[in-house]
Amino acid sequence: MYSEKVMDHFQNPRNVGEIENASGVGTVGNAKCGDIMRIYLDIDNDGIIRDCKFKTFGCGAAVATSSMATELVKGKTIQEAMEVTNKAVMEALDGLPPVKVHCSLLAEEAIHAALWDYAEKNGIQIEGLKRPKSDIHEGEEDEQEDY
Amino acid sequence: MGKVIYLDNAATTKTAPEVVEAMLPYFTEHYGNASAIYSLGGECKEAMTQARAKIAAALGAKENEIYFTAGGSEADNWALKATAEAYASKGKHIITTKIEHHAILHTCEYLEKRGYEVTYLNVDEFGMIKLEDLKNAIRPDTILISVMFANNEIGTIQPIKEIGEIAHEHGILFHTDAVQAFGQVPINVDELHIDMLSSSGHKLHGPKGIGFLYIRKGVKIQSFIHGGAQERKRRAGTENIPGIVGYGAATKLAVETMIERTKKETELRDYLILRVLKEVPYSRLNGHPKKRLPNNANFCFQFIEGESLLIMLDMKGICGSSGSACTSGSLDPSHVLLAIGLPHEIAHGSLRLTLSEETTKEDIDYTVEAIKGIVEHLRGMSPLYEDFVRKSSHNSNVK
Repeated sequence: MYSEKVMDHFQNPRNVGEIENASGVGTVGNAKCGDIMRIYLDIDNDGIIRDCKFKTFGCGAAVATSSMATELVKGKTIQEAMEVTNKAVMEALDGLPPVKVHCSLLAEEAIHAALWDYAEKNGIQIEGLKRPKSDIHEGEEDEQEDY
Repeated sequence: MGKVIYLDNAATTKTAPEVVEAMLPYFTEHYGNASAIYSLGGECKEAMTQARAKIAAALGAKENEIYFTAGGSEADNWALKATAEAYASKGKHIITTKIEHHAILHTCEYLEKRGYEVTYLNVDEFGMIKLEDLKNAIRPDTILISVMFANNEIGTIQPIKEIGEIAHEHGILFHTDAVQAFGQVPINVDELHIDMLSSSGHKLHGPKGIGFLYIRKGVKIQSFIHGGAQERKRRAGTENIPGIVGYGAATKLAVETMIERTKKETELRDYLILRVLKEVPYSRLNGHPKKRLPNNANFCFQFIEGESLLIMLDMKGICGSSGSACTSGSLDPSHVLLAIGLPHEIAHGSLRLTLSEETTKEDIDYTVEAIKGIVEHLRGMSPLYEDFVRKSSHNSNVK
């Protein structure tokens, strides 16, 4: 059901991990839908994304789109990163099954959420960037069970 | 890829070689129409009678109470829709559970749109209905109680005898979807007070495309498929003779091997459950620990998602399934896992492994090792796990 590229990025995801003292962190999605993505950005003083890492809870497509999104924004300027749309992520992966298109949207949102965090921390405005709508840390109630 | 370890026997089973062998002549030599006068048809009719007898004997039923269908879903649809229609003058209320197969649930929704009322019973944390809830749900206009014998996802076996008793005390018909149970647990329709029972051939090493509905003599439901006079005028369509013969052979095999086979499966199942719960942190067993199908194990692994787990198991040659309905186009996790009270994010990380007679201890050991590695890998990239670890290090009293 998945393209070879999706399978490759699922099996060998690029840029998995965390960045300590990241310039921006964004987490989107929710457990109800079964997908949560977190993207860490390391942005230098010239506004270049020097590093990008991710963590994802979700299906094969969710992992692959996160991996591809990090590859696409790495080394880019903030404005260039803003142009990494869900379509760009999907194309780079040779497409996704229709039911998985939302995963690519989530990847785009995760980048935007991380950029928003960076903008807020630095008191700047990024052209075309809107407040992320689905940051799970807003009003999330923990219902963890004990095992 | 090397060996395939097939642990999805609740989805379907391999047709047994004995079954295929029994079926083959009915494609080539004995291809006649069972309704025909000439002997080529008569041979088929005889083969069908024998298959029906084997199935009836397995249930303690009479031969003329077994009606062949194209599968379990047809049998479920027939039982519900035809009962609703036939007994509408008595009432329009049906009782079922929240954890039924969609062949029941979607049929109930269909009936609800046509003026019927359906009560969906809750289940406890093990997936078991409460008999008190059932009694309380009964109304003067209740015409049917439909409760699955054993759940297809979590394997929990319902108190069928008690449910049947309650139904009959109140003069209500009792249907059970026994698609997972038939051939795995002993069933006697009289002892269990069952009026109608659905089953499907391919779940017990029989062929696909054949099932039956047991209808107790005296239950007045009408034909669902209209046409010829087959199946005592209750189910039209030229009989699927190879399928019926195969189903008969599979039933005979299942009954003869039941005690020994299920003993072996239960031991391996419990070994699998023990190892997983002991060796994979933050895992849980879904379903009842004891009152469950001999071949069913269903787990949740916290902080990871089912589809990722399945793909990675597949890469290691292991076929399992997940309660996660991701691949079916719906993003909701399993309705069964939600009904037993699991929060969404945990219900998303489920894995069902269903064994067969051919499963070995080596298969289980290999599978457990694979699960351990994959779960650790997926947790390594899970933001939920990251948050959990962070929280734990701040909060030393967390287990």
